[in-house]
Amino acid sequence: MSASDAWSSARDHYLARCEEQRRQLPAETPWLSRLRETAARSLAETGFPQRKQEEWRYTNPAPLLRIPFELAEAGLPLPDEERLEQVSTPVHACSNSVFLNGRLSEKLSASDALAGRLHPLSLASVRRSAPELLEARLAQLVDLKRHPFAALNTAFLDDGAVIVVPDGVVLEQPLHLTFAVTAARVQHPRVLIALGRGSRATVIQDHVSTDPALVSFTNAVTEVFCGPGSSLELMLIQREASRGFHVSNLQARLERDAVLSTHTITLGGRLLRNDAEIELAGEGASASLRGLFAASGDELVDNHTSVDHALPHGTSRELYKGILTGSAQGVFRGRVLVRPRSQKSDAAQSNRNLLLSDRAEISSKPQLEIHADDVKCSHGCTTGRLDEDALFYLRSRGIELTEARGLLTRGFAREIFDAIPVRALAEALDDELGRVLAESAR
Amino acid sequence: MSDAMLEIRGLCAAAGDQEILRGLDLEVRAGEVHALMGPNGSGKSTLAGALAGRPSVTLTGGQILYQGRSLAELAPEERAREGIFLAFQYPVEIPGVTNSYFLKAALNAQRRHRGEEELDAFDFLALVKQKIAALKMDEKFLSRAVNEGFSGGEKKRNEVLQMALLEPRLAILDETDSGLDIDALRTVADGVNALRSPERAMLVITHYQRLLDYIVPDRVHVLARGRIVRSGGRELALELEERGYAWVEEQLAGEPA
Repeated sequence: MSASDAWSSARDHYLARCEEQRRQLPAETPWLSRLRETAARSLAETGFPQRKQEEWRYTNPAPLLRIPFELAEAGLPLPDEERLEQVSTPVHACSNSVFLNGRLSEKLSASDALAGRLHPLSLASVRRSAPELLEARLAQLVDLKRHPFAALNTAFLDDGAVIVVPDGVVLEQPLHLTFAVTAARVQHPRVLIALGRGSRATVIQDHVSTDPALVSFTNAVTEVFCGPGSSLELMLIQREASRGFHVSNLQARLERDAVLSTHTITLGGRLLRNDAEIELAGEGASASLRGLFAASGDELVDNHTSVDHALPHGTSRELYKGILTGSAQGVFRGRVLVRPRSQKSDAAQSNRNLLLSDRAEISSKPQLEIHADDVKCSHGCTTGRLDEDALFYLRSRGIELTEARGLLTRGFAREIFDAIPVRALAEALDDELGRVLAESAR
Repeated sequence: MSDAMLEIRGLCAAAGDQEILRGLDLEVRAGEVHALMGPNGSGKSTLAGALAGRPSVTLTGGQILYQGRSLAELAPEERAREGIFLAFQYPVEIPGVTNSYFLKAALNAQRRHRGEEELDAFDFLALVKQKIAALKMDEKFLSRAVNEGFSGGEKKRNEVLQMALLEPRLAILDETDSGLDIDALRTVADGVNALRSPERAMLVITHYQRLLDYIVPDRVHVLARGRIVRSGGRELALELEERGYAWVEEQLAGEPA
């Protein structure tokens, strides 16, 4: 099948399934049906991305489009709970929500009393109990025309997580969302986070798989609204399967003096594409984007970030680190837009990559669009190999070459893990990176 | 067969593509401390690299026998596990790896090789704290990244700490005195002296006589143009101090380069 055949047959396949779902779903609140239809129409018009589009120049989605993924049927057997604990990381959280192939599993989820009042709730239930809450926010930030996969997600919008933190509420413990893949299916996870004025929360959005051999497709959309003076730590973990596909779209809007920190950790997958678009929509808003991606074999990981300094006195900090081995490919594109009125903006971006083999490749492209004059903006990109002197130093102490390489590589990643506010998660991810590296060194 | 721990015969070696060592002979027995002195560029660090297995140093002739066995075929980590330790002139910074993790990995790699049980976190900490106290170092060293942001003196102390922990049979100290003030020099020398033993040999490479006031050698060798040109007792170091390296150069002037 040629790329263009795959392109049109994928679109037709998903639109047909979407139409089937529409007929099967019970009569809905009209606005939600309309939203789905709008999204489906948008996808029908644009089709899936193609390499001739600048945004997809280095990432060919054809391998993903060639597989006609189906939605997971209801009533798949529950995964073994022990197995689930192995692949996710138990953390001290005020709530644990487990989604299986995109649907909330009441049986596997638990929350304490406080969080129970605050959510997270399943999107499926909020839709009935508080539809106005969703109507005002769902799909308000994402441009469906520019993001056909987000349109696909929206066209299938059914379940997901809704986290609404009221004004002034501070959640000390994280909210833990686990999205587990248990079958070779497509899932369209949807996360909506809305922080009230002066509130604080920590959210872990963790994508795992009970079987690393599964060829699955996760197509996630996360929308974040940070109210004035609120503060959110968001961890987006992608560690599903080495043969799986993952497309993720994060949209965030920060109001005055809001603070958002994202930590995107990607530990392999056949093809991963992450778009993160942050709008500093209030004066003094501040965003920190940190990411670590590791890819081996023939994997491809693509991170596209964009920070829009829409108003003055905004701050953005960005550090993405990539580790590539085998014949893996990495893509990083970091766009920073400072609009004409956004004086006193302060933006710094850095992308650092480690190539562990001669065949691994990285395409890194900063894209600074500065339209104001009284601003501080910087960017830097480095790509290198392991330091020979450091390798010799470790070996001269008796440490085996493979172990020395692993130590240096994990050392390279360490600063990203050090910034993750949930220690148990950071350590588990560090260990998992160690395993991934050991695996690919074999 | 000689009972020397280290026996170097006619060693020729290149650093990168430059021939540096040109027929070096040296013998060090267990229990002895030898000092190796010489002007800049004479080949001191190349010799250290040749002994520890630095990849950029290529052996082009001659032999290095350690405990009767040729080193040429051994990887750096194998040499380390056989008891060779090089204190680096320029210790390398390793961001993201804590000193304690590094020290434990090194110690356990060597213990595994010797068929000893690995130390767990608890036993390791007890051991390393004891060594740290002896070297008057701060325990905070352990949680910092290896050599990162360390002062010159801290880096050198960290080398001696590693040596104290790994207890090598043959220790090579490559200009461990450079960049040290007198107090640090004393502490480092005390650390080295504490390790002197009848089973252990040391090769102390230095540019200055000063270190040898604190670490008193059994033999002193002068290296010039890639060969040892003088050997003697401690008094040779004092003579060098007095007359300078130009004296050695003058005596060599008649010889072909």
